[in-house]
Amino acid sequence: MNKCIERLYNGIIKENPTFVLMLGMCPTLAVTTTAINGVGMGLSTTAVLVFSNLIISMLRKIIPDRVRIPAYIVIVASLVTIVQLLLQAYVPSLYNSLGIFIPLIVVNCIILGRAEAYAAKNGPVESAFDGIGMGLGFTVGLTCIAIFREILGAGSVFGMEFIPEDFRITIFGLAPGAFFVLAGLTALQNKFKAPSATNGSVPQSKLACGGNCMNCTGSACMANHTTLETLRIQAEEEALAAKKAALAKKEAEMKAKMEKKDE
Amino acid sequence: MKELILVIVGAALVNNIILSQFQGLCPFLGVSKKVDTSIGMGGAVIFVIVLASAVTSLIYSFVLVPLNVTYLQTIAFILVIAALVQFVEMFLKKSMPSLYQALGVFLPLITTNCAVLGSALTNVQKEYNFLFSVANGLGTAVGFTIAIVLLASIRESIEDNDIPYNFQGSPIVLITSGLMAIAFMGFSGLIK
Repeated sequence: MNKCIERLYNGIIKENPTFVLMLGMCPTLAVTTTAINGVGMGLSTTAVLVFSNLIISMLRKIIPDRVRIPAYIVIVASLVTIVQLLLQAYVPSLYNSLGIFIPLIVVNCIILGRAEAYAAKNGPVESAFDGIGMGLGFTVGLTCIAIFREILGAGSVFGMEFIPEDFRITIFGLAPGAFFVLAGLTALQNKFKAPSATNGSVPQSKLACGGNCMNCTGSACMANHTTLETLRIQAEEEALAAKKAALAKKEAEMKAKMEKKDE
Repeated sequence: MKELILVIVGAALVNNIILSQFQGLCPFLGVSKKVDTSIGMGGAVIFVIVLASAVTSLIYSFVLVPLNVTYLQTIAFILVIAALVQFVEMFLKKSMPSLYQALGVFLPLITTNCAVLGSALTNVQKEYNFLFSVANGLGTAVGFTIAIVLLASIRESIEDNDIPYNFQGSPIVLITSGLMAIAFMGFSGLIK
């Protein structure tokens, strides 16, 4: 039981996907125009995350290691399709305002990242709680950013207007505002030296990519990492070889000099 | 012909995939430190998105629609794109080593880039036929390349500037992209 609570704490506070790990930036910036959208997106992602973690951890001994990524993708994509159809049927207004970002949950780094980093190694109950924690953390992050943008941009919270039209800063509701809000957030993290992937204070673990695709292991392509790894090793080997060659050259020169002296 | 050009310009400038649609932000922020690498990334994205739009458009109209299983589009598209990227990588490695050297590292990176899946889904949503899908894919990818190369060159030229401590690193990059987004909003009157 303790482990489950620890997972919730880990997902919501210690490794919050939005504020600490900086994962899933596309939906974070795109759908946070109003608080309702933020909550809807967060909860949809949570639903997919919980069930994908649960199913993957139950199947973890059956799925062969070599085809695990395609298998995970199929599971996640099926769950996303189910969520999409449910939203379309029961909450059409939310479905319309989230638009293409519902099917794009499939490629959200958080989901495959958690599957690979946690669900593939742990039991179903812990994995489900890990999904709940991470999902709620994502929801909290999206909702905070969305409330901030909605107050500044539309003068309202959850649709209740309280700032007169003349005092609104419309740009915060539009595309550039999303960048500015996130810039302010990361600047605050720098100022208070808060743990965050963007200022490097969180060790670049397998999950904290900080928007750096070259190191990102959170996304689906594990093959990518082996490629990058081999490239790195190759570069190191080349550097080593170059060093050796330089050393050998130096030695040969020294020898030649000595011989000249002898003569 | 005129409509095709309108689709391309619209996808590249007016509805820029990054600065107004927010798809493919990870590489936009992550691989934009140097102009060279960002050009490589842009080339790889153009290559993959155009191919993916063509293939997914064919799959949609000749497999999913006749079988009446259009609700499987997300699953089908992501699998097709993942397989396609792997296949393209192997093909380039064998037959075009020079192109592979230029794009190699970036190809696997973009399998799960939301821009690729996003443009495939947009094509279906807007009911584009094959030709228009390819044009839309091309426009989207060119828009991505324009944005990432611009950001990379701005980042290179502000590298030595005296930026306040709190704004060093990602904040200044995000503010730069915000200003670029404002500039790109100016294109919105271009096409009605």
